[in-house]
Amino acid sequence: MSTISDIDIELPLLLQAIYLKYSYDFRDYSGASQKRRILHALRQLNCASVSELQARVLRDPDMFMQLLQYLTIPTTEMFRDPAYFLSLRQHVVPLLRTYPSLKIWIAGCSSGEELYSMAIVLREEGLLERSIIYATDINPVSLDKARRGIFPLDRMRDYSVNYQVAGGKNSLSEYFTAAYDGALFDRQLCENVSFADHSLATDSVFAETHFISCRNVLIYFNHELQNRALGLFHESLCHRGFLGLGSREALEFSKFGGAFEPVDKAQRIYRKKK
Amino acid sequence: MLGKDRDIHIEAAGTKKMPTASTKAAATGRRSTVTDSKVKVIEKKVRTANQETIAADCIEAIVIGTSAGGVQALLRILSPLPRQLRMPIVIVLHMPEKRDSLLEKVFQEHMAPPVRMARDKEPIDPGTVYFAGPGYHLSIERDRHFSLSSEEPANYSRPAIDFLMTSAADAYGAALLGILLTGSNEDGARGLASVHDAGGITVVEDPATAEFATMPQAARELREPDYILSLDQIQSLIHRLETHDAG
Repeated sequence: MSTISDIDIELPLLLQAIYLKYSYDFRDYSGASQKRRILHALRQLNCASVSELQARVLRDPDMFMQLLQYLTIPTTEMFRDPAYFLSLRQHVVPLLRTYPSLKIWIAGCSSGEELYSMAIVLREEGLLERSIIYATDINPVSLDKARRGIFPLDRMRDYSVNYQVAGGKNSLSEYFTAAYDGALFDRQLCENVSFADHSLATDSVFAETHFISCRNVLIYFNHELQNRALGLFHESLCHRGFLGLGSREALEFSKFGGAFEPVDKAQRIYRKKK
Repeated sequence: MLGKDRDIHIEAAGTKKMPTASTKAAATGRRSTVTDSKVKVIEKKVRTANQETIAADCIEAIVIGTSAGGVQALLRILSPLPRQLRMPIVIVLHMPEKRDSLLEKVFQEHMAPPVRMARDKEPIDPGTVYFAGPGYHLSIERDRHFSLSSEEPANYSRPAIDFLMTSAADAYGAALLGILLTGSNEDGARGLASVHDAGGITVVEDPATAEFATMPQAARELREPDYILSLDQIQSLIHRLETHDAG
């Protein structure tokens, strides 16, 4: 008898089943974190084994939608890593300003905190009106939240601090209306935002863009899937377009290390090479 | 002290299969099956001495977890290491999330082998001491590279020792040595139990002498470790494993 554990047999089967049934491809995600999240989902969804979870997911789309909430990572905040947004203002915005119109892609926008942060930066830099923003994610529940633009009011104190450190020119409270325990963000920030279900694992390029911000998404992918996603970004970006990654993500272990040059290496802002 | 260790050994040896040299098997992410005769030989060795008998060529990586009191403890056990290491040492030391980590600089000043912050998708170099950076969980994938993730903190900690150790146990199986040092929360207990369950060797700093006993004590209560050692004993164990001539 093989010494491989049951769960290590069941996990790839579950991912294969999800792919065949729902066309969501988690097969090339980083294994360790994915295994933790599936084990967590087992407990939360009261399944005794991954096989039981698989049987339920196959027969019940609602069950899959519940599992999807565990398979994707919702960790996000407004102006997360404020130095990133400050660096965008200092190093990227002046060059974006030279274009008469802009297309910006927030890939893996999750529940929208990153999107609204970016829209505020663009508004304050006078670029929002000439921008089309594509906000994409694989999780329809997250996309719905992003569309609504309502975030917990009790987070606004932290977000305000982030916003100021990120070079904010006003007060964050000018951009939202407080109601009950929520902060509803100014709808005008989203006037030119196109929300879309898009998978970096299975979909292709849909537009030529000037700037792509994709933060803390690639860390969940294995080498192959990282390369696929970076390939999409490289293809989508215009000549000398910009790419922003998460604070601990880098191009150096990917196939695309040589295809981009750093603009601000510490803040993981890159530019497509000539 | 020696007598205490010896007791632990004998108890551990009776219940535990010691790892075999399994570079090939571990590289494919699978554990080798320990044959009965090998187990007997190793058990016999274990019964005759203390931790000196952990066979160096059975271990391919060391993971260490610690929180409060951890900087001093780590400096004590790691600073005598030579420049050339035989196997990687991967460390989670709890830190405030938003602070830029100075760990690399601080520890490099006090030790000879290269000290690095572990980076996402970086292949693990055997000769390096790695630290998990603040704000992200650190895992080891089965094909022996690092991955980062920003799931919610576990045990109020990100990076969590549990996550590093559990993933390392999956990646290295029996060829892993897990060490839990001083600390003031219970992170690491479950991770160290995973190391044990995968056939690896587990060491806990003696709670009686640890600066903060909560972390090693929690690990003891969840799963009796193979060895309970003082910092000096841990230091000599690591030194011996890292300098053993595999020749």
